Amino acid sequence: MNFDATLPLLVLASSLLPGLVIFFLREESHRLRTLLNLAGAGAKVILVGIMIWGVFHQHTYLTRWTLAPGLELVLHADTLSVLFVSLSTVLWLVTTVYAIGYLEKSPHRSRFFGFFSLCVSATIGLALAGNLFTFVIFYELLTLATYPLIAHRGTPEALRSARIYLRYTLGGGAVLLTGAVWLHVIAGPNAFIEGGVLSQLPDEYHGQLKAIFLLLMIGLGVKAALVPLHGWLPEAMVAPAPVSALLHAVAVVKAGAFGIVRVVYDVYGVQFTSELGLLAMLGVAAAITIVYGSFKALSQDNLKKRLAYSTVSQVSYIALGTAILGPIGTIGGIVHLVHQGIMKITLFFAAGNYAETLGIHNVSEMNGVGQRMPATTLAFSIAALGMIGIPPIAGFISKWYLGLGAVEAGMAGWVLPVLIISSVLNAAYFLPVLYRAWFCRPAPAWPAEHIPAARYETAGALLWPPVITAGLALAAGLFAAAPYSPLEWADLIAQREYQL
Amino acid sequence: MAETLIWLIAMPMAGAVATLLLPRQSTPIACVTAVAASLVAGTLLYAVSEQGSLSYEIGGWSAGLGIALRADGLSALLLMMTALVMLASSVYAGTYFTKAAARARFWPLWLLLWTSLNALLLSGDLFNLYVTLELLGLSAVALASFGGKFAAVQAALRYLLLGLLGSMMFLAGVSLIYAGYGTLDLATLTLAVEPEPVAWTALALMSAGLLLKTALFPLHFWLPPAHASASAPVSAVLSALVVKVAFYLLVRLWMDVFADLVTPAAAGLLGVMGAAAILWGSWQALRTERLKLLAAWSTVAQLGYLFLFFPVLLALPPGPARDTAFGGLVILALTHGLAKAGLFLAIGIIQQRSGHDRINELNGTAQRLPATTFAIALAGVALIGLPPSGAFLGKWQLLAGSFASGQWLWILVTIAGSLLAAAYIFRVLGHAFGNQSYPRHSVTIAREEWPALILTTLAVAGLGLAGAPVWNLLESGA
Amino acid sequence: MLTAHWLYGISGCLLLALGLRTALLHDMLLQRLIGINVMGAGVFLVLITVAYRGPGIAPDPVLHALVLTGIVVAVSATALALALARRLTAEQDDG
Repeated sequence: MNFDATLPLLVLASSLLPGLVIFFLREESHRLRTLLNLAGAGAKVILVGIMIWGVFHQHTYLTRWTLAPGLELVLHADTLSVLFVSLSTVLWLVTTVYAIGYLEKSPHRSRFFGFFSLCVSATIGLALAGNLFTFVIFYELLTLATYPLIAHRGTPEALRSARIYLRYTLGGGAVLLTGAVWLHVIAGPNAFIEGGVLSQLPDEYHGQLKAIFLLLMIGLGVKAALVPLHGWLPEAMVAPAPVSALLHAVAVVKAGAFGIVRVVYDVYGVQFTSELGLLAMLGVAAAITIVYGSFKALSQDNLKKRLAYSTVSQVSYIALGTAILGPIGTIGGIVHLVHQGIMKITLFFAAGNYAETLGIHNVSEMNGVGQRMPATTLAFSIAALGMIGIPPIAGFISKWYLGLGAVEAGMAGWVLPVLIISSVLNAAYFLPVLYRAWFCRPAPAWPAEHIPAARYETAGALLWPPVITAGLALAAGLFAAAPYSPLEWADLIAQREYQL
Repeated sequence: MAETLIWLIAMPMAGAVATLLLPRQSTPIACVTAVAASLVAGTLLYAVSEQGSLSYEIGGWSAGLGIALRADGLSALLLMMTALVMLASSVYAGTYFTKAAARARFWPLWLLLWTSLNALLLSGDLFNLYVTLELLGLSAVALASFGGKFAAVQAALRYLLLGLLGSMMFLAGVSLIYAGYGTLDLATLTLAVEPEPVAWTALALMSAGLLLKTALFPLHFWLPPAHASASAPVSAVLSALVVKVAFYLLVRLWMDVFADLVTPAAAGLLGVMGAAAILWGSWQALRTERLKLLAAWSTVAQLGYLFLFFPVLLALPPGPARDTAFGGLVILALTHGLAKAGLFLAIGIIQQRSGHDRINELNGTAQRLPATTFAIALAGVALIGLPPSGAFLGKWQLLAGSFASGQWLWILVTIAGSLLAAAYIFRVLGHAFGNQSYPRHSVTIAREEWPALILTTLAVAGLGLAGAPVWNLLESGA
Repeated sequence: MLTAHWLYGISGCLLLALGLRTALLHDMLLQRLIGINVMGAGVFLVLITVAYRGPGIAPDPVLHALVLTGIVVAVSATALALALARRLTAEQDDG
């Protein structure tokens, strides 16, 4: 085995092995656990760095392992997978730091961090999956690894939302599996190839291919929280804040959205999907989800629930970008995969800080919190403004490219109104929060002040992660034209997909 | 290498006699026997993968008069599974039965069961198969009643009567075969049978007997009480191995010996019964209050999946497509064997620690017995058929075969059964993850928790990630 | 023509059917056990009939061995069933 064939495996192992070791650690060995976590995350950053460089220079990183006749586990790094891998790797590092601070002194940390690492490993695995079979494996593993994290606190509410999560995701997984097997029977091993392969099948299969596409989209739509399959996401907000960050930004909803991108571009091929008339269907589903999620977010007083509905809406920008035929729309959708992740994780970190430091869970309790926790609130504000689409923050870039792509593809008639309505709604549910936080007079006492203000407004491990990710969100917008920026990388992906 | 065949029978049998004669040293003797027999099974597996199928004539008497032993890829794999399950359960049983006197009475029966399992898997003619089937049935009943609770004895008695009924039907079929073809040797018979009434009647009688023994719906009713009221290591081998060897025999008869007689309608009938078993068994598992009954009902359901393969295999053209699907059947059976045995062992620990196995009162189990809870979770992954377990590969083949032959009903049943399995497994895990305000810390013994964890890990990671050799073995040892 | 050969064979089948009926339809343990034994007798009778190869010729040894084994098995299974049944009634009396 040479290095090129082992690199994908190493990237996977750098979170998998520490995770497996952590399961066996005693609860008290705090230092060793932290060391393992950070060493794994650090190693992954370096390995992914090598991978980015290599993929840019047309290197092929490919690991194969036969599981059964005709069924191969394939890990393969192409431009799209590298984008998702880098996002997960960077955000995992930050979230690990945050989680170490957040869970200090709470019980069952070995179990938590063990499953946390498994969860990220599953995400990396599905990002690197080189065929639909491998993708399905890691997609299901992700479900399994997330369940104990949502159920972590063991309270009746936590168990209930974990149960709801499972009901949705296992159901979706079964539908995805059915579609994947069916496609495998018709078209063979379904390797992910830029531009897709199914257009070569004879016409008589087109009916079946449409049915399969529907099955795959339902299966993936559950994790991507497409309406009406989104019900689990707002329920899952009872989980600890780092888990929410993981669900909303790093792993679960992203896995669904990434899967949609993969199936459309690298299995069916975007041109062929459009010819089958499926792209418009996806676009409509995405548009409904975008508007619906934003509307629901308006009426939520619970901060994390408002953010959850915002995720429902924002993740569908990725699906919307996929549904817009043409490289510019593609860029808009794919770059939002990264942008939404960075911004949403910032928002959840900040929400976690409010809850952990001052006991604030609801928007109505946030009056004047900007004076007490300025750095956290600043990070929150940057991310919220980015979500609305204010330049120069990352979210603006996504919306700009989506709009431009729609005009170019002649879909402006319905895409632009959706973008405008959604942006107005985004503003309507985020700006009042910012107003309260910065300009309202604080109540005489916070709901429950757990961490008194000392050198910083809260514990260091809680403060730095949102500040860093907010900085990233700003940088992704400001330096969008720099080499290796998310936008440039999305551009590279679009070039390879459309063979420009 | 052919001598390994006789050692596989002689070794556990010698162990059974030795533990009977030396009751004081019975536990170490049994453990040594278990390790040695497992090593022999491993050797046989290796030999079959290298040289193809093996045969051995005891005392040099040729088949027909003497006893011939045969091992191909299928039997070598099942022998290996038997060895792993028996070894792990033996280690576990050494601590499960705390009284030395109980252990001394347990080991001879236990090793006799192992002897009959091995002998059945190695037999190549209907006479020996009948004898080993009886030996297996009797030792299984004796073990099921071991421990002596009222419900266990009652269930064992019912198990015995139905087993006996099954054996009589099997014997009646055997006698018809001999009347019609003048031979009981399976290899000779394969060439001789013709599609005619005598062969049909014989196959129907033998199949009816075996279906009763393998507890296919609607002949499953005796299984849940018998498997749920036996002691943990016994439940493990009853559910993982004893019903499975009867199934093995059915596979041999339907797909090998009488392959020319099997019509799509007959295979479809087995498929429908399998589908009913999946849905009914899973539903009952979901509704039951007790963990052991859940595991037993899950066995009823899991056997159903194996029967779904019959119509699918028959509809596929002979050749690579059918062989690949057949490998799926085998890996599903192997995964279920390892996972179910691990599940019963893990449940046994919970039952001993908390004094009950009521699902609604499992709160705090994940805190008190993390390794055992993890073993249950792994077994659950295998029973649901989620990746990376071997069952996932098996179900993939089942679905692929159904799609390829356009049999949509089996797809729906497989998916529905998997979702029901997820529901009953996560019902248990949901309770186990629930917090208990006063987690009672109890001392756990590694020897007790490891066997379940190792078996379930093998079912999930072992067969799932390194399962490809199963297909190679079935091919080379055909 | 109804030879002894056929008589044995048909009565074997009849015994088998009668035994099966008793074993399936009756609830009482002893009746079911006897039913199964009758059924066994029927099967053995059929086997013996098949083993007969004509006057003066030794009957088929394989089938004889099969019948002997079957009888041994039936006896031991019946003994085991009776032992278990005794344990059941003993426990019932206690509790």
